[in-house]
Amino acid sequence: MRAGIFFFASHVRCYARRGLCYAALFCFASLWPGYARADQPLLADLSSHLIAITTGFTGASVVLFGAIDGPGDVVIVVRGPELDTVVRHKSRFAGIWINTRQVTFAGAPSYYAAFSSKPLDDIVPQPVQSLHQIGLANLRLQHKSTSLADDEVAEFRAALIDDRRQQGVYDDAVGRISFLGDRLFRAQIDFPATVPTGTYFIEVLLIRDGSVVTGQTTPLVVSQIGIDAEVGEFAEHRALIYGLIAVASAAMAGYLASLPFRSV
Amino acid sequence: MDIYLPIAAVSLNVFVLLILGTAVGFLSGVFGIGGGFLLTPLLILAGVPQAVAVATSANQLVGASVSGALAHWRRGNVDISMALVMLAGGLAGSAFGVSVFALLLRLGQADLVISLSYGVLLGGLGILMLVESARAILLRRGEGPVQRKLHQHNWMHGLPLKMRFRRSKLYISMLVPLGLGFLVGTLSAIMGVGGGFIMVPAMIYLLGMPTSMVPGTSLFQIIFVSAAVTVLQAVENGTVDLVLAMILLIGGVIGAQLGSRFGAKLRGEQLRAALAIIVLAVAVKLVADMTVTPAQLYTLEAIQ
Repeated sequence: MRAGIFFFASHVRCYARRGLCYAALFCFASLWPGYARADQPLLADLSSHLIAITTGFTGASVVLFGAIDGPGDVVIVVRGPELDTVVRHKSRFAGIWINTRQVTFAGAPSYYAAFSSKPLDDIVPQPVQSLHQIGLANLRLQHKSTSLADDEVAEFRAALIDDRRQQGVYDDAVGRISFLGDRLFRAQIDFPATVPTGTYFIEVLLIRDGSVVTGQTTPLVVSQIGIDAEVGEFAEHRALIYGLIAVASAAMAGYLASLPFRSV
Repeated sequence: MDIYLPIAAVSLNVFVLLILGTAVGFLSGVFGIGGGFLLTPLLILAGVPQAVAVATSANQLVGASVSGALAHWRRGNVDISMALVMLAGGLAGSAFGVSVFALLLRLGQADLVISLSYGVLLGGLGILMLVESARAILLRRGEGPVQRKLHQHNWMHGLPLKMRFRRSKLYISMLVPLGLGFLVGTLSAIMGVGGGFIMVPAMIYLLGMPTSMVPGTSLFQIIFVSAAVTVLQAVENGTVDLVLAMILLIGGVIGAQLGSRFGAKLRGEQLRAALAIIVLAVAVKLVADMTVTPAQLYTLEAIQ
């Protein structure tokens, strides 16, 4: 229920913001000098606020576009739904590889991407990077209580980031943001086919003289749509009937397949 | 052409899945084994989450075993009474196995104990079968058809509750197939695979069933076990992917038909030798998985 109200509210805000953004773009097109208002140093929006996962889904891209009111740098941080994640480490024991140690990271984001218009260290000092969790090196991953030493936990953390990077759900890169002039910018955010469903938050930061001037957070919903969503919903809420249908349809398929071979 | 699988939450190539289903269905048809030991790891390799791969393989198996069992049935190669006795044992065994599994989990390192003992069991079984069938093939080649006893008589024939299994030409105590069903049921509940490739050799060597009767009877029995597993998985874990299962089935049911036709052309000892090689291969893979340095030393699991 709370989530519902939140969604409603956030969407209303999105539309209001999108209106302002279009207005800003319009002003730019007509070569109006002060296209972004002085009290709105940063405006940004997405090409779409919904990634619909349908039967043919093979991944998606969303374009983030926006404007700043003067020179400056832009950093974008995207975070997916957070889930506790166990990382297990195998080691050799009597010739056999077994899971020996594990660390659980509480609420690790299932998706994380950070882009900046210039190399991070050139535009913003380390404490600020860390505060806003800009870049995978600054991603805060809290581990639950463990008997392992800090440097061992750091290895587990690196393993988690490496694995997710290979899956295409963790990414950080310089220069993925392109500027049109020095005021308008756009960036493409890619999501692989395995993108987890849920609510994503896209944070856009305006940076000047090594500090964050302002920030704006935009939600993005990744959701199954259509037949797939209905199958998923059915499997969840009518599990027994779903299971029986699964068995019945499999048995029927088996029977039908045997018919053409009957005379043999 | 990629298709999005709603429960697995990944996109996979339809043609790859079709070929996979056909190949595994073919093996089911020939040998009367489920093929879950092949299908499940291949699905995981393709990117399907492990829990979904296990549950959906069971669903696919329902269709493949119906298809295969029907094909064997038309040739009169299904011993219903034998299958039902083993099924009764099997259902009791899986219930027992589930509680053993829970106990092993509490003790920790359950998967290690299981794969180790399974690897040893399969390795021994595979070698025994290979030796026996190779000897039979050589014998046949050397001296032409030999008149052999139907099966060896041993202590098992002294057990009470004797029952006549007309199709299998057996008059044995029903406790033997019942106990065998129980044992395999327990193992499959613990291992999470169908157990067909323990069941099939045991039916040949322990029960002394004619090799031609074994695949059909085994498949008939697997229909019910895999149906029960599918419903249980759907209710308990919600991990059955209907879309994935249907794609696998299209190939699987056809593969099972072709497999059972092909299997009917093979002689008993050839069938046993081929099965021995598969059983050995699985054993080698199990041992290799445990001993070869894994590509990824770290594994991740997100907790929902």
